[in-house]
Amino acid sequence: MAGSNILGNLFGRSPIGPIQEHMQVANQAVQLLPALMRATAAEDWDTARALHKEIEQAERAADKLKRSVRRHLPKSLFLPVPRSDLLSLVSMQDSVANTARDVAVIIIGRNMRFPESLQEAVLEYTEACCAPSNQALLAIQELDELLEVGFSGREVKLVEAMLKQLDKMERRTDKMAIDLCAKLFKLESDLPPVDVMFYYRVLSLLGTVADDAEAVGDRLQVLMAK
Amino acid sequence: MEIIAQHGTTFMVLACLFGFFMAWGIGANDVANAMGTSVGSRALTITQAIIIAMIFEFAGAYLAGGEVTATIRKGIIDAEVMAGHPELMVYGMLASLLAAATWLLIASVQGWPVSTTHSIVGAIVGFAAVGISVEAIHWDKVGSIVASWVVSPLMAGTISYWLFISVKYLILDTDDPFHRAKRIIPVYMWLVGFMISMVTLVKGLTHVGIHLDLGMGGDFANAALASSLIGLLVAGFGALLLRRVEEVPNEQNRFYSVERVFAILMVFTACSMAFAHGSNDVANAVGPLAAVASTVQSGGVISAKAAMPWWILMVGAVGIVAGLATYGWRVIATVGRKITELTPSRGFAAELGAAGTVVIASATGLPISTTHTLVGAVLGVGFARGIAALNTRIIGTIFMSWLITLPAGASLAIIFFYILKAIFGFE
Repeated sequence: MAGSNILGNLFGRSPIGPIQEHMQVANQAVQLLPALMRATAAEDWDTARALHKEIEQAERAADKLKRSVRRHLPKSLFLPVPRSDLLSLVSMQDSVANTARDVAVIIIGRNMRFPESLQEAVLEYTEACCAPSNQALLAIQELDELLEVGFSGREVKLVEAMLKQLDKMERRTDKMAIDLCAKLFKLESDLPPVDVMFYYRVLSLLGTVADDAEAVGDRLQVLMAK
Repeated sequence: MEIIAQHGTTFMVLACLFGFFMAWGIGANDVANAMGTSVGSRALTITQAIIIAMIFEFAGAYLAGGEVTATIRKGIIDAEVMAGHPELMVYGMLASLLAAATWLLIASVQGWPVSTTHSIVGAIVGFAAVGISVEAIHWDKVGSIVASWVVSPLMAGTISYWLFISVKYLILDTDDPFHRAKRIIPVYMWLVGFMISMVTLVKGLTHVGIHLDLGMGGDFANAALASSLIGLLVAGFGALLLRRVEEVPNEQNRFYSVERVFAILMVFTACSMAFAHGSNDVANAVGPLAAVASTVQSGGVISAKAAMPWWILMVGAVGIVAGLATYGWRVIATVGRKITELTPSRGFAAELGAAGTVVIASATGLPISTTHTLVGAVLGVGFARGIAALNTRIIGTIFMSWLITLPAGASLAIIFFYILKAIFGFE
């Protein structure tokens, strides 16, 4: 008799929980990058390869979750926020994981190790680039509280403050990237040219990890705006 | 007249049987919608829901079920047209009960959405229009009933929308939602107490034989004063219960404790929901039974004025409770498991909006669908951005269930009507 029940079928599956879970998994992939960098600095390639595997796994898990969120968001669902905003939020969250994976692939594929004199700065830069993703996760974890108050009032202000912090973190990585590129430029004539190309490439991809996290915040802000 | 005199007892037994079966079906299937929201949001356990449903469905049916019963019994059909052939009235009402009950059974087994209200109204209109004459139907009354089917979900949705908005501004979006909730929720509890006692006092107490006079001049004013006082008692009792809720810090969800305060409120709104459901839906089973009983007892004189014997409401009330006890609790559990996304702060708004609407319809004698009204109320909360995901296809399903249920109830009633006519004869 359950099939005949109108009220039971009225409620759809909430996308909020799965979206939060997705961001958590995506962030997991990102937060492995500093450890990967440290492993390469120590030339501990076994650890590095293990970390790469973990990042790949997290990225695949994120893909799976992304598809599940999309599957459970049919057009007929009536949501408190626009469906398109939720879908683009998930896409952006997924990019964070994808970019983290791209970094790991290059590092492992080329057994890449930054020049000794840059090591400290690169490590600091990597950590800074992974921080915005953490902050984005914190903001995404407020989604259920946002729903509780119907996406309005104090809770929106609270999340907006978190997003401001996120922007600040991302701007910090931009500045660090400029300094780091300047340092690399001074060394580049003494280094194998192909290596240098990929040093720049990895630095730029790390910046993109931060940019993607900021973009997640932007999507969240659009979603909260009426 | 002879047919009635000859088969009177048979008709009465059949009517009681069919009426009881119908009430059983309502208790088994329909009550789940009224109580499922409270179970789903974990404000009540299944056992608590069953106990509340039994008490308040019974109270609602017995104290406030009279008006809708009267509509089903004599509001839709013009009894005067059948004055010479009282047996037609008996056949028709028996056929309607049987048709609606059969259709409910078929639809439930097949998993189709179905409304008891729509099937019984369709059945009565069907047998009267085809078996007697098109003029035998009070089309204006039927028109207002159909209109109420559209209006009731909209009204419930509007009330629930504003209830949730008020909760948002008065409680949730404040510095200290937990303590605000404790202070403000008794007001909503007052509303519950006021609403139920108002309907009971205005519509129910006369047949129990109590006349209330507080010297306010006019029954309505008396009832309003008494209901306000009863509301205060309810709110006071609720406030005592609220004291026992303590704030528990929860990292995962800062509103965890606030929701627990709302869960107490939801116990009260669940009572009002069961009361409202009893007051409106029991009539679907009991109205035709009352029509048969009054025709048989008056020896074949169809009178629109005859008072309804109150044991008839008892048959319906007992039937609902029986349905609940034998099968309904399982359906409540199933529905409850599906409605886990509804937290108490929204569930109460939906229930109170729906219960208020249904109770008003009961007082004005309009048979409406409690389930459809509750769906409207939930959508109202959804419009206030209160619910994570709602399935809008349900609205289409509801319209489909109208389109199918009305003709299905009508055709079955016509078939049973002619069968009964063939068995018992026609003067």
